Amino acid sequence: MVKNIIDWIDARIPMTATYNRHVGQYPTPKNFNFWYFFGSLALLVLVNQLLTGIWLTMNYVPTAEGAFASVEYIMRDVEYGWLLRYMHSTGASAFFVVIYLHMFRGLIYGSYQKPRELLWLFGMLIFLVLMAEAFMGYLLPWGQMSYWGAQVIISLFGAIPVIGDDLTLWIRGDYVISGATLNRFFALHVIALPLVLVVLVFLHLIALHEVGSNNPDGVEIKKNKDENGWPVDAIPFHPYYTVKDIMGVAGFLIVFCYVLFFMPEGGGYFLEKPNFEAANPMKTPEHIAPVWYFTPFYAILRAIPDKLLGVVGMGLSIAVLFILPWLDRCKVKSIRYRGLIHKINIAQFTVSFIVLGYLGAVPATPTLTIVARIFTLTYFGFFVALWVYSKNEKTKPEPTRVTH
Amino acid sequence: MSNAPVDTGRRRFLTAATAVVGGAGAVAVAVPFIKSWNPSAKAKAAGAPVEVNISKVEPGQLIRVEWRGKPVWVVRRTEAVLNGLASLDGQLRDPASEEMQQPEYAQNAARSIKPEFFIAVGICTHLGCSPTYLPDSFGEQVEGVPSGFFCPCHGSKFDMAGRVFQGVPAPLNLVIPPHHYVDDNTVLIGLDTGAA
Repeated sequence: MVKNIIDWIDARIPMTATYNRHVGQYPTPKNFNFWYFFGSLALLVLVNQLLTGIWLTMNYVPTAEGAFASVEYIMRDVEYGWLLRYMHSTGASAFFVVIYLHMFRGLIYGSYQKPRELLWLFGMLIFLVLMAEAFMGYLLPWGQMSYWGAQVIISLFGAIPVIGDDLTLWIRGDYVISGATLNRFFALHVIALPLVLVVLVFLHLIALHEVGSNNPDGVEIKKNKDENGWPVDAIPFHPYYTVKDIMGVAGFLIVFCYVLFFMPEGGGYFLEKPNFEAANPMKTPEHIAPVWYFTPFYAILRAIPDKLLGVVGMGLSIAVLFILPWLDRCKVKSIRYRGLIHKINIAQFTVSFIVLGYLGAVPATPTLTIVARIFTLTYFGFFVALWVYSKNEKTKPEPTRVTH
Repeated sequence: MSNAPVDTGRRRFLTAATAVVGGAGAVAVAVPFIKSWNPSAKAKAAGAPVEVNISKVEPGQLIRVEWRGKPVWVVRRTEAVLNGLASLDGQLRDPASEEMQQPEYAQNAARSIKPEFFIAVGICTHLGCSPTYLPDSFGEQVEGVPSGFFCPCHGSKFDMAGRVFQGVPAPLNLVIPPHHYVDDNTVLIGLDTGAA
């Protein structure tokens, strides 16, 4: 009976074939480690954001007059509204945690290198859209930090010569951030960007399954196939990695639920304290800081004394990641077999990113500004140095088979 | 079905022509989507610049006009007040107006285009109250300074160029709105230049 139904469908759409190609028979390197949890976790968080987001729109009011009160209404009066809202707000931070770790995995194992450049580009586009999505979402509660954070970020566009002022006016739809801005951000946050995001995730997965997954050894498993054309170092995704990923999900949910139930505000980093006060255009909070996942880039912005150059610097700090596949000219992918200089470079880049993240979250002082400048240099230095040494890097011999 | 040979030149021309016409249509369709993001007529009306006649403002007098829902002050400063500004620099947080609380053309000692007329948004940079103009009795707040602005809410003090004193809650100087002089007697508040 079931088989008949499946046959009936398969004669009309390639259901079983698609399942086998992407899950059932997808050849996955057998040496995946801890770092390979974060792709599937990103999917899980995406589903969480979509589901809780849809449910939040059912009670949220996207107007300057009603937004803040409707969020409080969701928190207090809607049954389980507090849980849905905290799942969504904690999910936003979790999304960036997972994505940053996922990107770090790609960085250390050279997963951006040929033939996975397009896969990396789709990933970077996802990161970019995710940042826009998070920024617009943060305006919606219409709290003090929503308002003033948006004020700061939108005014960045004003630094662009000639068209800057008209551009900020166009983005806001008013002379100040107002209900018009809130309304369009709502439309983009709940419809336009999620659609783009889902399409990009689809393309990311198609690109991955076309070229095949990289692995911690960075060797191509497709080079070594058995008589059936199956890579000898591969195992089917299901059941091996579905089970492994479920283990990852369990571990992730323990941490996620701890934050969700015991510290949903994330110590003022996931939901900033001034945001529990309604937006007030007449009153500037004492210290305006972006949410933690933007702070490394914000620190770069502040470190550069010129407004326009600061915006350019911040843009470049993200743009340079796009061209990473072409900056790294080394043929060896994984950090395991690359030179000492590369290991040091990745370590200093990681430190720079974390220090910048800290500096972007605290008020600027003259000393800290100098520190931020130094780490802005080392951040960009990573890419410059990589381009220079990777051409003739002294690497260790790669194994022919994966190790585990 | 005709067996006539394919005229590739003609086929290419028709393909290109169709693409160009279709592309033009797509661009035309984009216009309403982009334009709808501009401020609506309602927003424009609410945010329109305000014209102020300053010919009848007496020396020392302050008049208030409303611009985008905020009180904007126009104060005619006397020669004595202007001369006294520089002597306060040591008591101020930002005497040289380094924080961008004013357009570039007002980033000067008097924080104005014409030193005589001080134009500022009358909103305290602390918590948004409107400070009180004390033309004669400011000496009670800061000794030896005859006139200034005092915020009754939390005691922030500003000099006659809207510069904030040290040791008060307000962090920044008062905001100078974009403005320019249409003629000698008329100032337009809300626009940087005459181009509008």
